[in-house]
Amino acid sequence: MKQLHLIPHKEWKSEPIRKGFGQGLVQAGEQNENIVALCADLTESTQIEPFATAFPERFIEVGIAEQNLVTVASGMAKMGYVPFTASYAAFSPGRNWEQIKTTVALNNQPVKIVGAHAGLFTGPDGATHQMLEDVALMRAMPNMVVIVPGDSEEARKATLAIAEDPRPAYLRLARDGSPVMTTEKTPFEIGKAYVYSHGSDVTIISNGTTTSVAVDAAERLFKDGIDAEVIHCPTVKPLDGATILSSVKKTKKVIVIEEAQVAGGLGGAVAEFLSEHHPVPVIRMGVKDRYGQSGTPEELFKEYGLTAEHLMMQVHDLLDK
Amino acid sequence: MGKNFTENKRSIEDLELTAVEIRKSIITMLEAAGSGHSAGPLGLSDILTALYFDIMKHDPKNPDWDGRDYFFLSNGHCVPVQYATMAEAGYFDKKELKTLRKFKSRLQGHPEREQLPGLENTSGPLGSGLSQACGVALSLQMQKKSHQWVYCMMGDGELNEGNIWEAAMFANKYRLHNLIAFVDRNNIQIDGTTEHVMPLEDLRAKWEAFGWHVIDIDGNDIEAVIDAAAMARAIVEKPIVIIAHTIPGKGVDFMEFDYHWHGMPVGLKDVAGAPPKNEQAKVALKELRTLAGKIKNEHEN
Repeated sequence: MKQLHLIPHKEWKSEPIRKGFGQGLVQAGEQNENIVALCADLTESTQIEPFATAFPERFIEVGIAEQNLVTVASGMAKMGYVPFTASYAAFSPGRNWEQIKTTVALNNQPVKIVGAHAGLFTGPDGATHQMLEDVALMRAMPNMVVIVPGDSEEARKATLAIAEDPRPAYLRLARDGSPVMTTEKTPFEIGKAYVYSHGSDVTIISNGTTTSVAVDAAERLFKDGIDAEVIHCPTVKPLDGATILSSVKKTKKVIVIEEAQVAGGLGGAVAEFLSEHHPVPVIRMGVKDRYGQSGTPEELFKEYGLTAEHLMMQVHDLLDK
Repeated sequence: MGKNFTENKRSIEDLELTAVEIRKSIITMLEAAGSGHSAGPLGLSDILTALYFDIMKHDPKNPDWDGRDYFFLSNGHCVPVQYATMAEAGYFDKKELKTLRKFKSRLQGHPEREQLPGLENTSGPLGSGLSQACGVALSLQMQKKSHQWVYCMMGDGELNEGNIWEAAMFANKYRLHNLIAFVDRNNIQIDGTTEHVMPLEDLRAKWEAFGWHVIDIDGNDIEAVIDAAAMARAIVEKPIVIIAHTIPGKGVDFMEFDYHWHGMPVGLKDVAGAPPKNEQAKVALKELRTLAGKIKNEHEN
């Protein structure tokens, strides 16, 4: 099977996606002195800390006040700064969605909203802290770019990319370690989806922590004689319709897998797009109108049907029809 | 490069007449719009006159002048007074005021920064203007711009919002002495008086406890507003809040002190104690034009 710029599976190492954000932010800060970072009392866990240490004069601690976090950032963006705001996704954009809409998105200021600890990967903290609705919430907001990087290295690149981009953006990060599949050479551009694994039998579209699940499943399906195409779609908005369309025209079968509510998430975005441009059934794997709960990410991925085994079963079901 | 519009000072008498013109514009534009808030904008006309015609450095011909002071209207529903004041100062033609709240108008029902040059922010949902003003004030300090100030207007009912008090703590932490906030203390909000809906007193003690320097003034006294702002600029240890006691509906006898006019324009419905709806605008404008009967004849037309 043909893969794109990926580290061979047996050499994958685990690293939290948020870590790449921390590295990217320091690099962005070195390149651009107008980058500032604001945090709501979660400096270490959101990985703002390396930036705060490197550039203390450009770090603003707002305390546990997520509404103030993004609105102060809006004011700073007005003055020529490029503010990155960090908290847990459950609180930002979970608590301050209206302030983001009015003072960042409608106001069209280049504030970068970083939602850490999104999804089931937040694990033992339980349902209150496992933000599953953020992709839908942020995707519905005009002017907002929405990015869900697939690994730590891509989070680094995405951070550098949104730092350069003039639009408001939402960057979704996961807590626990997940496989690093990409290298410095693997491409990343805002608004682009990438065919990680070429195939002709079925299109699997994923992002975030589910992309390594999809690549793993595709490799195992290949051994069963099934040629699955894996499209990694880190930018949920604007969606790379062309890449999705050319794959789906070929395979005519689509499964979307994501670590978020399927309502309004990546699956929703793909289904909306295909229903207008190339109607085919879209199977959406993700969290289906439920809340999360305490457990390890592995336990939760099993419970919510997001493992490679679940995905392989789904592919078999679809191809058997 | 900007040219400071307020460099040549006007007399207090001239400013009072300017405030009357602004009130007349408010009545006229709200009647034409058929919806919108009356009481707050009328009550704020004196403060906005003082800000745009005396206190702030700004250039109506070059709204993005980077040497300007910044004005944030946090209580966005009061924007008719800002539009009327900006038009009076020459940001745009006064004829455009009649497009308020109309389809394709730059004068949106609540202010949108990208629609109209000279607006610093987008607001309406209450409670977020002070935070944005904090962001600008902090930026000015980081950029070592020590001769520019950030003014922020908040409604008193708006202080129900938690976001305000997050910003209040923040301004204290970063010692934002270049931030001068106003509270429009007119004691009304949509559901009634502020002390009935959600008591704010002791308001001075609240702000002081949050680390702010508090100045209480008569917000319908232009000279008092100018003096308070001058005092506020001289304070270098703390952020400053000016609690401006205003009369809602100020200048129009049948509107003054009546919370029913908070969210309503003239001409919409009959209200006890007010002229019939078709007469309201005419009566209000006549009262303003004649300064409540003090000026006769030549202004009556």
